[in-house]
Amino acid sequence: MSATKIRGQVYVLGDNIDTDQIIPAQYLNLVPTIPDEYEKLGSYALCGVLDAPAFVPQGQSKTPYTIIVAGRNFGCGSSREHAPIAIGAAGGRAVVAESYARIFFRNCVATGELYPMETPSRLTEEFVIGDEAEIDLDASTITNLRTKRVLSLTPLGDARPVIDAGGLFEYARRTGMIPATSHPDTREAVPVNRVVED
Amino acid sequence: MAMTMTEKILARASGKAGVRPGDNVWANVDTLMTHDVCGPGTIGIFKREFGATAKVWDRDKVVIIPDHYIFTADDKCHRNVDTLRQFVQEQNLPHYYDVGTPRYKGVCHIALAQEGHCRPGEVLFGTDSHTCTAGAFNQFATGIGNTDAAFILGTGKLLVKVPPTMRFVFDGEFPSYLMAKDVILHLIGEIGVDGGTYKAMEFGGEAVQRLSMEERMTLCNMVIEGGGKNGIIEADDVTFDYVRARTGKDFEPVKPDADAENVFYKRWDARTLEPTVAKPHSPDKRATARELKDVKLTRAYIGSCTGGKLTDFVSAAQILRGQKVAVKTFLVPATTEISQGIRTEKLDGKTLLSIFQDAGCTISMDASCAACLGGPADTFGRINGPEVCISTTNRNFPGRMGAKEGQVYLASPYTVAASAIRGTITDPREFLS
Repeated sequence: MSATKIRGQVYVLGDNIDTDQIIPAQYLNLVPTIPDEYEKLGSYALCGVLDAPAFVPQGQSKTPYTIIVAGRNFGCGSSREHAPIAIGAAGGRAVVAESYARIFFRNCVATGELYPMETPSRLTEEFVIGDEAEIDLDASTITNLRTKRVLSLTPLGDARPVIDAGGLFEYARRTGMIPATSHPDTREAVPVNRVVED
Repeated sequence: MAMTMTEKILARASGKAGVRPGDNVWANVDTLMTHDVCGPGTIGIFKREFGATAKVWDRDKVVIIPDHYIFTADDKCHRNVDTLRQFVQEQNLPHYYDVGTPRYKGVCHIALAQEGHCRPGEVLFGTDSHTCTAGAFNQFATGIGNTDAAFILGTGKLLVKVPPTMRFVFDGEFPSYLMAKDVILHLIGEIGVDGGTYKAMEFGGEAVQRLSMEERMTLCNMVIEGGGKNGIIEADDVTFDYVRARTGKDFEPVKPDADAENVFYKRWDARTLEPTVAKPHSPDKRATARELKDVKLTRAYIGSCTGGKLTDFVSAAQILRGQKVAVKTFLVPATTEISQGIRTEKLDGKTLLSIFQDAGCTISMDASCAACLGGPADTFGRINGPEVCISTTNRNFPGRMGAKEGQVYLASPYTVAASAIRGTITDPREFLS
């Protein structure tokens, strides 16, 4: 089961959105593998961003925004996996940015929480917060449904099947990198990385 | 084939004769480090994916160093350390530095070095972006997330893309008033916060060879602020003396081939650099300390993996002796070994501790990450309002040291100490004759 299209409202950000803005360090006492705390991380997603409307409304745990459009170097700073997890836990499904910091990109793929799409040109001027948009992962495009403009994305390449599988472990099992038998019977009740469907 | 140091280490770790930038290789991991912020999540994934009773791939290669949220009343922070402690007991792990015991160390990147876990030619991954600090020891060292760390815990391997190498060379000798912090802030200003993305940043030249291990660590520590995957420096007698004093394990350093390819190469005359500052809210907003002399401060901070080593405190003390600070000045050593050094190390017959106390500084001897990354509300030195702070730490993103209203200027221990005395940003040459 893999996504081919992601549709929803857009949240727009600028350059160098760092992990302290995505999930401020005071919330790193929350452990993402504990279900309640995973949800709680979602409620704080992007609360450190300066001068922007709330990504997650006050007192709620889910965001109305499915897609984040940003500029260069998204996710710079810390290696905290809490960052893609917070956005994913809030209900974000994709980031569309000019470029990414290396560890954040890798954490998106390893967790399967978010599709980190790169863009060949800057798209932040093409959207305003609240626009409805649709990403087509097969065609590598994002369409602004308000302006009807269809914009190119860089294909995700090798990263896509890993995210489609729900993250590194499920992908590694499916492709024989780690034995399928290492999958434990004792699996705890934790939020399985979402396998998104069209 | 000609290879850089990073390429040589990754080739060896993946059992290949040679690798090229862009190759994806399965690297065998020599050391995996985690701490109290990312350890519990890593352990959670490890148990979920490998089974509740699974064993780590190699007990001797796992190092767990609680350091972030230790001296706080926050219950969850204590719960997280309990999770580490329980895992260590279940797995019978030898390299654990527990809170509240004589083994407690403090900031992981400095503790790794002090406890002999940084060795030339090896591969180190850590669940912290400043793991790149260990590149100072001629190690391939980089930060990873919880999922990758859990994968290593179970398998001992990680898929790594071989980065191309940028080489930065400094000829001659850095001036006495210049610190490695000035050098790395200068470089980040030059390449930008994403100038090193996906790349290895290699430092060389006579001026780098003259640096102490602590200063080399500062240089490699902040490559992540330039987007770099790892920093790396050739090993020499300075490296060997430090490492051999702390571990009996064998190691095999690597040297770059003379004809190895670099995607970026630049040389500087080391004497031309000036005390450098990064302005809010990005480490690449570069200015010289002189240019910022009109900036009024409300506090100063000396600490962290970047600027909380004993050499950093000795440098600060050289400027603070016989002076009084004009703004609230917080000092926190990175590790317990450094806390001890502050008590015992002397300048002109006075201990660093008494120099700092006489200058009016506020000192915590509880070694930890403290306010470098804000943390729980009761964290020592945390910015809780519209403060203007000059700090020896590594990041000045919005809200990094606490409140979003805060403004953080990054600088060397010399510059922070000089600025604390004046209450405005000050070039340390005014105090160093």
